[in-house]
Amino acid sequence: MANALINVPPRAKRGEIIEIKTLISHTMETGFRRTQLGAPIPRDIIRRFACVYNGTEVFRAELHPAISANPFIVFSTVAAESGTLEFHWTGDNGFSVTQSAPILVE
Amino acid sequence: MERRASRREFLRAAGSVAAGLGLGSTVSATPARATPAEMEEAIRKVVGSATITPGRVKLDLPPLIENGNAVPLTVDVASPMTGADHVRAIHVFTQKNPQPNVASFHLGPRAGRARVATRVRLADSQAVVAICELSDGSFWSASADVVVTLAACLEDGI
Repeated sequence: MANALINVPPRAKRGEIIEIKTLISHTMETGFRRTQLGAPIPRDIIRRFACVYNGTEVFRAELHPAISANPFIVFSTVAAESGTLEFHWTGDNGFSVTQSAPILVE
Repeated sequence: MERRASRREFLRAAGSVAAGLGLGSTVSATPARATPAEMEEAIRKVVGSATITPGRVKLDLPPLIENGNAVPLTVDVASPMTGADHVRAIHVFTQKNPQPNVASFHLGPRAGRARVATRVRLADSQAVVAICELSDGSFWSASADVVVTLAACLEDGI
């Protein structure tokens, strides 16, 4: 249901700083809106995002309702060794998505 | 005479009803907004009693925002990002959104560069504050004032 787009350079030089862009489809319902009948719309957001590089967490973000729908996060990391980057999004109503991307470090 | 008095009474009654309705509707239509004091409180919750010094942080936001639903935001901190001297966390706060917290990013020496970007919602023209925590325990901040034409968070859903 949730589509995630990840942009990781497939290969990098050792020690190079690489930029990672992630985008995931999610409404990020704030919990502050109401229906036209006045009933509050319950909150439904992604609370946490983490990037794990070969088992080590290198980046983590805690998100609040003020993050736009379809959260787009850009960060960077040092290309240390070849392996995989895992991306975890977790949130309200048991939302949990994991995606991974390989990286080749020369 | 009698008729005039009743008309006056009627208008007065109608006026008070309208005022009551007006007050009622503003109370229900205005979502809870944070105040600058609440932002201070939220910042204190993260920072504790440490002093926050302006500088070292670069907060990049468009000064004039047409649509508050997706505002590109970039935080850049001048830091060598070594094991001894790096950015531990970057926190973003707003003054007048319903909730002052926007996001917290946790980095480390493995980030290589202390720069994060995302898209945020802004409910009003207000000040946005970015605070970074360095590995030596010091806090640095930057603030940006933005003008928002179309506010986020306030429109009705389906």
